[in-house]
Amino acid sequence: MNKIWLIIKREYLTRVRNKTFILSTFLTPLLFAGIIAIVVFITVKNSDKEKIAVIDNSGVFKLPRDSAKSVVFILNTDASVEDFDKKGYTGILFGPNSGSNKTDSFQLYARKNFGVMTEAAIHDKISKEIENDLLKKRFNIVSATVDSIKKESTDIKFGKTNIIGEDDKLAKGNSSTAYAIGYAASFLIYITLFIYGSMVMRGVMEEKTNRIAEVVVSSVKPFQLMMGKIIGIGAVGLTQFLMWIILVTVLSSLIGLVVTPEVLQQVNEVNKGVPMAQMNAPSNDFAIALAKVGGELTAANIWLIVGCFLFYFLFGYLFYAALFAAVGSAVNEDPQDAQSLMFPITMPIVLAIVIMINAITHPESALATWSSIVPFFSPIVMMARIPFGVPGTVPYWQLALSMLSLIGGFLFTTWLSAKIYRTAILMYGKKVTWKEMWKWAFRKS
Amino acid sequence: MSLLQVNNLKKYYATQKAVDDISFSIEPGTIFGLLGPNGAGKTTLLRMITGIFYPDEGQILFDGKKFDPEKDVVHIGYMPEERGLYKKMKIGEQALYLARLKGLGKEEALEKIKQWFVKFEMQSWWNKKVEDLSKGMGQKLQFVTTVLHEPKLIILDEPFSGLDPVNSNLIKEEIYQLAKRGCTIIFSTHRMEQVEEICDQIILVNKGQKILDGTVNGVKQQYKDNLFHIGLQQVPASIQSNYFEVVKQEADGLEVKIREGATTNQVLQHFIQEGVGVTEFHEILPTLNDIFIKVVGNTPLARQFEAVQ
Repeated sequence: MNKIWLIIKREYLTRVRNKTFILSTFLTPLLFAGIIAIVVFITVKNSDKEKIAVIDNSGVFKLPRDSAKSVVFILNTDASVEDFDKKGYTGILFGPNSGSNKTDSFQLYARKNFGVMTEAAIHDKISKEIENDLLKKRFNIVSATVDSIKKESTDIKFGKTNIIGEDDKLAKGNSSTAYAIGYAASFLIYITLFIYGSMVMRGVMEEKTNRIAEVVVSSVKPFQLMMGKIIGIGAVGLTQFLMWIILVTVLSSLIGLVVTPEVLQQVNEVNKGVPMAQMNAPSNDFAIALAKVGGELTAANIWLIVGCFLFYFLFGYLFYAALFAAVGSAVNEDPQDAQSLMFPITMPIVLAIVIMINAITHPESALATWSSIVPFFSPIVMMARIPFGVPGTVPYWQLALSMLSLIGGFLFTTWLSAKIYRTAILMYGKKVTWKEMWKWAFRKS
Repeated sequence: MSLLQVNNLKKYYATQKAVDDISFSIEPGTIFGLLGPNGAGKTTLLRMITGIFYPDEGQILFDGKKFDPEKDVVHIGYMPEERGLYKKMKIGEQALYLARLKGLGKEEALEKIKQWFVKFEMQSWWNKKVEDLSKGMGQKLQFVTTVLHEPKLIILDEPFSGLDPVNSNLIKEEIYQLAKRGCTIIFSTHRMEQVEEICDQIILVNKGQKILDGTVNGVKQQYKDNLFHIGLQQVPASIQSNYFEVVKQEADGLEVKIREGATTNQVLQHFIQEGVGVTEFHEILPTLNDIFIKVVGNTPLARQFEAVQ
């Protein structure tokens, strides 16, 4: 026990004192905040303002009422297809049978392709104007009345969904917050499984190729060396997390002073239409979640989520780290071996993320329920479901079963990996196949 | 009582009998040479003695009791053939870490490390990293970490590879000193001249089996060819004798092989009667290198794989 403690201490200290660790711990939240700031800045301040001249004889188009938007329409100008750009317009829109347009449809002319967002906005505008026009013609409603009807219908007062808990108290549920938190939490677990899992693998490979493993296993049992490494790196992970949580909380409260959650929400919705921006979605969701957390979740919920997060992070890590260690021990200097041996381990992690994306929209589906119990997927999938409410969406029995099976799974993978590890760590020169590893794992000793 | 006794040790792999029924014993304070060609099973044998591998069959007695890896590793220092150190770790910390894994307390370990570092003039290395060291310097550090906890049994696998003559001598001196203080040393190598110089007792392993066992001198006696060197003032043109035959003629002497049943005195008498002045007369014992090649030489260079039931 004393020896395993020495190993843990070494693994922990050499990594925590490393310059890269210190830099990444402090820079990642800054980078994170920086990305959000840049996204907000670009979308809010710097979006292109398109100015479109509208020639419309039919009178369908009315005066622009929403000039704050990114597309501005100027009605009935004297611009023409030939000179609209010289008059300061980026495009010219003709109504049916208006100006030079002899067809029955709307025609848009421009010197360049508009972005997806701009085109959508133009379509939106046309259909809205036609709708307004039809309402006016068919029912003889003046446009002011149309406006007020629309305003009232969108400004409805709809409270949060009231969820009736077992204790008959009404808990305020908020599915968009739950969505954001679930998404962020499972993504974080996904990323950390990879980061710390491969850190374990590289550590084991280093010991093997440096031949230090042989020196150390002549003093301690291979199992102690493996567990010491896994626990030591796990502690590094927890340290980094605590640092990040503190830094992100501080930073986001600073951001919160400058940017309101509504702006972030708006930015996020704008981004959803653009494929590339999806990459930023989790970080934005997380930022929104953080910004909203104070107001919309009860304290008990926060602690439940944080507690579960730490549990699933820790045991998910332990579950996979043992497998990563086994792979690391089987690799000989050639890093390509590592790639091919790693594949069967990374597959379930990637699959878990795919399931999670489905589960987060249907947190009570059979797929979500069962895959949040299977230890290969549970750290990621269960974390996506928990924010929707315990015991509302996730009954206690499911949570307990999921946690127990993850602990059981961790014991199993560790036992399995230890058997592979102790043989493979001293094997040199030969490429180890999965078949051999299987044999080492299940042979009687 | 032997410090280490190995009885009928066996370890079979899927395609090879790595160690096939080997027995030997080592007395305390002995420098014991474990010889054998590449792939003979030396490393597997050593790994069983250090408790890294469990034997399939047979038993190991350490200090008179059944070998218990968990308890006895504290009394063993093992320096494997391929050196292993953490490249990015500071040298002082590394020595301390390895010493503490062997069960030494922090204060005790620090004190011993300092003593050894002074002895080997390594004090200035404390805050350097292993990657900054040359191969020979790494070797010295590895040796220090192996013997630091004053083990009863020290196992050295090719300890001199990569060392210059000065550092080689330094370590050789230390090995003698340790043996004098009662440490038992197992020394595995292919370098026969070192074995002749250092070892008291040797065994030779080939294809997983022990084929030679004894003291260096005993083995040499066992494999001698009755060859003698005679220094002569002038070499006679023709020599005829029933006692010996001439193997080689040199400018100032002869190499002769004594026939079965003849004695050295009869050979000397022959020259004295001839009136030739004898300047020297000594037996030519085979070197371990010769014996090694003789015993192992007729086996194929690469060990063939075989089916093991």
